[in-house]
Amino acid sequence: MTAPHTLARPRAPHHSLFHSPPPSVDQVAVEERAASLGKRSLKKQSKVAGLKLAIAMMDLTTLEGKDTPGKVRALCHKAMLPLDRDPTIGPCAAICVYPNLVTVAKAALAGSPVKVASVATAFPSGQSPLSIKLDDVRRAVEFGADEIDMVIDRGAMLSGDYAKVFDEIAATKEACGPAHLKVILETGELGTYDLVRKASEIGIAAGGDFIKTSTGKVTPAATPPVTLVMLEAIRDHFYATGRRIGMKPAGGVRTAKQALHYLVLVKETLGDAWLTPDLFRFGASALLNDVLMQIEKERTGNYQAAEDFSKD
Amino acid sequence: MSQEITKVTAPLPFTRKDVAEHALDFGKSWEYAPSPEATDHFKIEPRYELFIGGKWRTPKSGKYFATTSPSTEEKLADIAEGNAEDVDLAVKAARHAYERVWSKMRPAERAKYIFRIARAIQEKSRELAIVESMDGGKPIKESRDVDLPLAAAHFFYHAGWADKLDYAFHGRRARPLGVAGQIIPWNFPLLMAAWKIAPALACGNTVVLKPAETTPLTALLLAKIFEEAELPPGVVNIVTGAGETGAALVNHPDVDKIAFTGSTEVGKRIQRALAGTKKRLTLELGGKAANVIFADAPLDQAIEGIVQGIFFNQGHVCCAGSRLLVEESIHEPLVRKLRDRMATLRLGDPLDKNTDIGAINSKMQLEKIAALVDSGEKDGAERFSAPCAIPSKGYWFAPTFFTGVAQSSRIAREEIFGPVLSVLTFRTPDEAVEKANNTMYGLSAGIWSDKGAKIFWMAQRLKAGVVWGNTYNKFDPGSPFGGYKESGFGREGGRQGLSAYVELDG
Repeated sequence: MTAPHTLARPRAPHHSLFHSPPPSVDQVAVEERAASLGKRSLKKQSKVAGLKLAIAMMDLTTLEGKDTPGKVRALCHKAMLPLDRDPTIGPCAAICVYPNLVTVAKAALAGSPVKVASVATAFPSGQSPLSIKLDDVRRAVEFGADEIDMVIDRGAMLSGDYAKVFDEIAATKEACGPAHLKVILETGELGTYDLVRKASEIGIAAGGDFIKTSTGKVTPAATPPVTLVMLEAIRDHFYATGRRIGMKPAGGVRTAKQALHYLVLVKETLGDAWLTPDLFRFGASALLNDVLMQIEKERTGNYQAAEDFSKD
Repeated sequence: MSQEITKVTAPLPFTRKDVAEHALDFGKSWEYAPSPEATDHFKIEPRYELFIGGKWRTPKSGKYFATTSPSTEEKLADIAEGNAEDVDLAVKAARHAYERVWSKMRPAERAKYIFRIARAIQEKSRELAIVESMDGGKPIKESRDVDLPLAAAHFFYHAGWADKLDYAFHGRRARPLGVAGQIIPWNFPLLMAAWKIAPALACGNTVVLKPAETTPLTALLLAKIFEEAELPPGVVNIVTGAGETGAALVNHPDVDKIAFTGSTEVGKRIQRALAGTKKRLTLELGGKAANVIFADAPLDQAIEGIVQGIFFNQGHVCCAGSRLLVEESIHEPLVRKLRDRMATLRLGDPLDKNTDIGAINSKMQLEKIAALVDSGEKDGAERFSAPCAIPSKGYWFAPTFFTGVAQSSRIAREEIFGPVLSVLTFRTPDEAVEKANNTMYGLSAGIWSDKGAKIFWMAQRLKAGVVWGNTYNKFDPGSPFGGYKESGFGREGGRQGLSAYVELDG
């Protein structure tokens, strides 16, 4: 991950006469561009390299009411060794769980480079008082979370109370301490690319290390055009400040082909520096086995049965 | 308060220092492997004859010329060179087919043939796209995703009109003209053939078509489709050759209409030659389109529109957005973004599915582009060319733009017909209109703004046949295409395009 920010908590500024509003986004054109990047043809070694990179960028996720220590331990094992017959594949970047399961994950992953990410801030709706959300964050960090995936207040975003959105992110960043902060915009609830762009800029300015599309609990979740809009916000921030913000599409990424599409979006929007787990993650649960199946197909020339890959 | 927060976070405009310090790196950490289209599932024949009266005939001239691939410089096939005698045979065949068959056929029957041709183009689209890219140098993703679907769409669209012409002209009865002589360019060989042939046939005319000498192959493959569709002999005749063949067609006394797409210079010669004759004429000529970017434009999408506007088909596009008019306040961030975007353009093998920029169509065209670029540098404009490797064989030109271009400079006034963009600035909408219209051409224009009212205000004032708002280079057979001023006259496509192929009663 990028170096943690030691900046004091940013404040909402009051003098801004000389700055332009965020650029608008043209829906038709951005969807066209995102689709055109899905037409890149990736074969053989470039396909395998892309898929291995995708595994290294994966936040293997389970976020269910029925999650148990047993389920989380199995997932941790999968993250450390995704394919038992090929130890060169993996490990994944992180496990993403609810706060109650952070200690279990932390213990299961001890000694491995796999991070533990915890959702917090009254995930997934965020509809709780700030003090409770911040407690949620502090507790998850105490339990050992390396990364916090917070949700923004979409109600505030949609009602125009951008200051509230900003202040909550800034407070959450402070509560994270050394843990890295991913800011979930829940783009499926924002309704327009213009608002996605605005939320991206607020998330970045308020101290997010990453911006993330979705909780996975709302449809649509991540899409290529929404990701492109967020990557463009990251690019403009980099142009202006030199600071590299990370990106995490989450939810709805289920196939190897989709994963490669996202990697092409990153490569051709932000360039090589972002092709690393430090700056790009996939939030996914079903994606890993499809990627493994494609890698094995390239290696052996044949598709193998779904039963040949562990289901965790 | 909430407004202010988002305002201050806006990263534009950046300063020169930001640009120098914060560079994006579009390098090689994850490369795309070559992904060429296979070419082993079809065969280009070693020699093609003339297609006259439904038969393949050796040319009276006895001569053949080579068509080569501009990306490899290798010969693809020998092509018959039609002379005046061949043209005469073709016109006679077309006249015969017109009098005896095509003008007498029930319109619904004509439509069936045109539908059949459209479907055959779809079925053979893979082969046609590959040959188009081999013969002309354009990237396969463009011939596959633009040229071929549009060519089929033009036949489908016009097939629908064939038996509905009585409804096209507000109750006036439409009659065919007779024999149409059609001369098409090398930039969209099959698509231009479709643009010309489909409306002519739908309206009941017969055709003698002369393809460009550097790109004759797909028109000849189209002739094979006509054979398979059992189009009656002589309804469409294809006579290959260069300028002299075209001149013979233009000057043939029994041709009723000439349709030409190509350079303004040749267009003027044709118009002079036809003065005082009974022949009808439509011309689709050059352009030097303004692509106008306002400060309130969706900037990242405008960058895509700029790239699409000037680098599509290596800039070999008559309606290319070759003059970029940028509101001065966003000039710097726009240029920064454009340079980064151009760093991701992939130039090379036209048959590779990841190629964005293919080969320049011919050595002659490459020399013309290079000469104009030299003149731009001599005029003191600042040149940026995308940092792409140029293959050792073939004709190539790296995507390029100039900043600091004067309105009076040659690169701001002359059509380059290559991947070269001239960037100029304006201060107010009125100035943008004045600069956009300050050209001898009037084919097309683009406007980028988040304000709908501004786009309409501007579109009303631009003297251009096609105006795109927040997009560029979008085509549809239902939408008329054509120019003002020295970009020619007449329209192709839509109801308006039909009128170029009919005589109206009453």
